[in-house]
Amino acid sequence: MRNVMAIAGKELRAYFHSPIAYLVMTVWSLLCGYLFYVYTQAYAAASIRREMSGASMPFPTINDFIIRSMLQGFLMVVLLFLIPLITMRLYSEEKKTGTIELLLTSPVSDLQIILGKYVGALALYATLIALTFLYLGLLFIYGNPDAKPLLANVLGLFLYGGALLALGMWISTFTKNQIIAGVVAMVLFLILFVLNWPSQITFNPFTQVLSYLSLGSHLDNFAKGVIDLPDVVYYLSAIVLGLFLTARSVDALKGRP
Amino acid sequence: MIQVEHLTKRYGPTLAVSDVSFEVQKGEVLGFLGPNGAGKTTTMRILTGFLPPTDGRARVAGYDISESPIEAKKRTGYLPENPPLYPEMTAREYLAFVGKIKGVPRRDLKARMGEVAEKCAIEDVLHRPIGKLSKGYRQRVGIAQAIIHNPEVLILDEPTAGLDPKQIIETRQLIRSLAGQHTVILSTHILPEVSKTCNRVVVINQGKVAAAGAPDELNLRLQGFETVLVTVEGPAAEIIDRLQRVAGVNLVEPRESAGARMTFEIHAEKGNDVRAELARAIVESQWNLYELKTSGMSLEDIFLKLTTRDLSEEPDSAAAPDLGQQLAGEA
Ligand SMILES: Nc1ncnc2c1ncn2[C@@H]1O[C@H](COP(=O)(O)OP(=O)(O)O)[C@@H](O)[C@H]1O
Ligand SMILES: [Mg+2]
Repeated sequence: MRNVMAIAGKELRAYFHSPIAYLVMTVWSLLCGYLFYVYTQAYAAASIRREMSGASMPFPTINDFIIRSMLQGFLMVVLLFLIPLITMRLYSEEKKTGTIELLLTSPVSDLQIILGKYVGALALYATLIALTFLYLGLLFIYGNPDAKPLLANVLGLFLYGGALLALGMWISTFTKNQIIAGVVAMVLFLILFVLNWPSQITFNPFTQVLSYLSLGSHLDNFAKGVIDLPDVVYYLSAIVLGLFLTARSVDALKGRP
Repeated sequence: MIQVEHLTKRYGPTLAVSDVSFEVQKGEVLGFLGPNGAGKTTTMRILTGFLPPTDGRARVAGYDISESPIEAKKRTGYLPENPPLYPEMTAREYLAFVGKIKGVPRRDLKARMGEVAEKCAIEDVLHRPIGKLSKGYRQRVGIAQAIIHNPEVLILDEPTAGLDPKQIIETRQLIRSLAGQHTVILSTHILPEVSKTCNRVVVINQGKVAAAGAPDELNLRLQGFETVLVTVEGPAAEIIDRLQRVAGVNLVEPRESAGARMTFEIHAEKGNDVRAELARAIVESQWNLYELKTSGMSLEDIFLKLTTRDLSEEPDSAAAPDLGQQLAGEA
């Protein structure tokens, strides 16, 4: 445990010693702020329109209108591009500078190294989520959203990002070149994200399987504020798979450093 | 302290290390001498558990590196060919991190960091980012890292490579000062270096052990001897006595025996082929001759591939390199 935390701390410090953490956090909070602005303006406009037309028709809640649209849509796509920036250095950098030799000759297990790196990356990701909820917190000051669905929202975001981080770390074990590790992860994420699109055109067992495998299709319930077990299982499996593949790849790496 | 038995490593078709065996006793400083591409780094990477061997075994501080890697690694300090440093960390942060993953107890960490910083003379730069340090300081931070957990065994891969003469002298002094508390293996392709820092040498070439011994022993062999191996069946004492009397033979040493068959190592004067005379002496005495051959590689050929110029020396003393003299070195 001490080893895992030591490595996690080292990773987190590396992010904040380099421009990466600041770049990712800046891009993320600008985009979040922009979307937040757009949706709250739209919501306010819609409310005024409703007031003027006489309140009769059903009207979406703050949760549905603002929070859900933020979490389910554009920001999920943004993460497909931002998370590779977080994961690309995890193994590539150590391979390039030779520090991988320090880690692999220290009395720590491969699993401890992998978990340490993962926790470090997850911690940076958690600060991104915290930034988002800083914005959403404003809604509590000026409105009265329902707090409970927010829990499901946070969990969904964590699992979704967690899966991307694990898979991105796996990709970074293959190359010394961070740029390549980042671009390959982005391509992989994009493919995984759009796997459910065919099922929206034709519906057959094949497209259904693709849809199940798609990273995007398991977010809907979380965004609605519902925690559904199959969705949780899906993301946890993706995380475990990513960590497992990383372990396999690190093992193979020892044959040819 | 370190036992290496029949170690072999292949990278695909490349045979990098082939059937290498040697031992290092507690407290020794072993020089691992060989030209570039000889297999030094590969052997050290196997000993530190970074690479698995294709074949053979190695024990470090009593632990088999394949069976109990964690236990072996706890007792090993390692400075790879390129010091494994994180340039963005300060030297202090770096030593704290390495101390933690090497298992230094939390309450001892500060004290250990102070000790190794003093020992390696890096106290003044502890607060500076490693990326901003000079090459000499970085090398010393690398050595500090290797000894932070006070390991029994210290493995240093070309610790003076790429340093300037002053830094080389300082680094060698540091290594000698570490010799008391640790068993050290250091690799080098610089011939004069071994006699200055090591009390035993293993010469490796093309993945094979070519010679082993104390630096001045190797020097003797290099200067005066041609080595012949004979395997004979017969009374050992008489054989030694008879072979000693062959013209040109300086020394006969029993090497190994299998039943009644004994193998002798025979040192003959250089440029004097004694093989025919040896064979005649054995056959005339009616012993059974099984094998007679000159010992594999010529040490001299290997040494010619080594770097004989030592950067830390004055240019004029290195101008006319005399292999034997350089190996014997200064005290
Ligand atoms: N990762 C690798 N893949 C393939 N061949 C390698 C690898 N590392 C070393 N070699 C080869 O193994 C041999 C020994 O290399 P090395 O152990 O680095 O020698 P040294 O450290 O003595 O210079 C060389 O021929 C080298 O080309
Ligand atoms: Mg080498």
